[in-house]
Amino acid sequence: MRRYGLRLSLVLAGVAILAALPTLGLPPYYVSLFTQVFILGIAAAALDLLVGQTGVVSFAHASFFGVGAYTVAILCTRYNVSSYVITLLAAAAMATAVAALFGLVALRAEGVGFLIITLALNQIVWGLAYQWVAVTGGENGITGFFRPPIGPFAASNVNYYLYALAAMLVSVAVMWVISHSPFGLVLLGIRERPRRMRALGYNIWSYQYAAFLLAALFAGLAGGLFAYYNAFASPADLALPLSTQMLIMVILGGAGTLFGPLLGAAILIFLSNTFSSLTERWPTILGIVYVAIVMYAPEGLLGIAQKRLLPSLNTWLRLRQRREVSAAKQSESPGDAA
Amino acid sequence: MTFYLQNTLGGLAYGGLLFMIASGLTLIFGLMRVVNIAQTSFYLVGAYVGLTLIARGTNFWLSAAVAGVAVAVLGFAVYRLFLHRYHKQELTTVLLTIGLSLVLQDLALATWGGNPRSVPPPAMLAHSVTLGAVVFPSYWLALIVISFLTAAGLWLFQRYTMLGAVIRAGVDDGEMLRGLGVDVDRSFYFVFLLGAFLAGVGGLLGGPITGAYPGLDGELLPLAFAVVIVGGMGSLTGAFAGSLVVGLVNTFGKALLPQLSYFTIFAPVAVIMALRPQGLFGRR
Repeated sequence: MRRYGLRLSLVLAGVAILAALPTLGLPPYYVSLFTQVFILGIAAAALDLLVGQTGVVSFAHASFFGVGAYTVAILCTRYNVSSYVITLLAAAAMATAVAALFGLVALRAEGVGFLIITLALNQIVWGLAYQWVAVTGGENGITGFFRPPIGPFAASNVNYYLYALAAMLVSVAVMWVISHSPFGLVLLGIRERPRRMRALGYNIWSYQYAAFLLAALFAGLAGGLFAYYNAFASPADLALPLSTQMLIMVILGGAGTLFGPLLGAAILIFLSNTFSSLTERWPTILGIVYVAIVMYAPEGLLGIAQKRLLPSLNTWLRLRQRREVSAAKQSESPGDAA
Repeated sequence: MTFYLQNTLGGLAYGGLLFMIASGLTLIFGLMRVVNIAQTSFYLVGAYVGLTLIARGTNFWLSAAVAGVAVAVLGFAVYRLFLHRYHKQELTTVLLTIGLSLVLQDLALATWGGNPRSVPPPAMLAHSVTLGAVVFPSYWLALIVISFLTAAGLWLFQRYTMLGAVIRAGVDDGEMLRGLGVDVDRSFYFVFLLGAFLAGVGGLLGGPITGAYPGLDGELLPLAFAVVIVGGMGSLTGAFAGSLVVGLVNTFGKALLPQLSYFTIFAPVAVIMALRPQGLFGRR
């Protein structure tokens, strides 16, 4: 516990500030943006479990997110389910079930084969949502449902902000525990040294499969929350551009850092909302941002902080210490000589 | 019977246009380990450039050739400025080309507008052929012939020319090839240009079937990837076989299960992954 004392208190302080923000007069526009950040943050952190921790790059993440969104929308509109617990659990379960099928196909391939197959699978799910009008409402998506009250509280935007924040905290905490558990360390080992892990007797496939399912589970949950947030589920929720955006969130924040993707989600969401209202050519700017991140910041912000900032801070401290010591010695030495 | 014949011909024509995209995709990947997401953007840009030329009264075939050259120049810029540094870094190339395809898509939207355009086939092929009970647009037959000729030409080129031999050797073992003193870089540029050229030409040639509209690039992408997965990465023969399989499955899927048509191309991909993960003609 003491090992993580400083970081834990920093996280708690951050959470306290975030929880207090709406009551301190955060404008409604930003309440809504932050809610998006929390929800997509869950999905991005889950993707990091797969990309950063396990070293498996999936482009099918949005499909699980979208399956979660559609699950909630369909349960609300056709079956009149009004319990968050039931719909969100169902969203996570459906996403995991789809991942169980996709994983069987995609994990037959390795590396880039996996990447391409997940990309194709995501496009196929999108096509299904787009064309299977009877179930998904096609291009128009599914509307006509609203957030039920959150326990004893009204389903106001501020309360939903807090609900999403809580969901993000619990999800990220669970993912943190998983990534630091023996299971998570095996995933890390698979990323770093797959052959050695195989030689040590680990069944790599089943660990990768489990990580794939876990990532999908949290993506489905996030998708469900997103459907409630928008009161809407549409093909955009599971389109390939969203998969890409989630990957960019992970990379921008720093793959393998778990908290970095939250930062990445925040930056990308604030950027896109700012620029898309300023210019019609926002996709061009977004494309240039992607290219710039990939070319100039492939380690991500937290990655750069960990690799460059911390060591240089350490070196600086050590140098200063040494200088002080040598200065102290010098001030002593004339006396010695005399 | 009519139904099957009609859709078989339609599937072959569609497969033909997929081959124009996927042949470049598979060679670029096989040789440089670069996943070029922008390949279908090249197709779309080719279609638009060709349409612009036709609107100015240029001959269809000439427009297709010029569109191909224009897209090849675009491809050269993309390769020279960005991709040549990132060989064998698949994730980097994927994200980079996704970014580039976003830019291309958006600039195409800004230049040519959002309305779907239809591409008229050349006048001499603008009628139908009657084969027994089947009525078939003669342009589709022409497209089948063109794509088969292209495939044959590429195959002969790869089999019997020095550059073709360098490309085949590069797909198998690029490092050894370099070690033997062969100028591999030249073949990289050539293959990327060739891939972009074929996609650009394909854009106009396939236009009478697919049309041209924003989002077409994204729709063709999974089909092109399905071709590469089914055929095996880096194999030209595989790309040809895969194009025909995916073209046929896609066309029959649209006819038999219209609401699930996109989902039906999942079937050949799943079957291939289960039985032969390296693809029909791929090597481990």
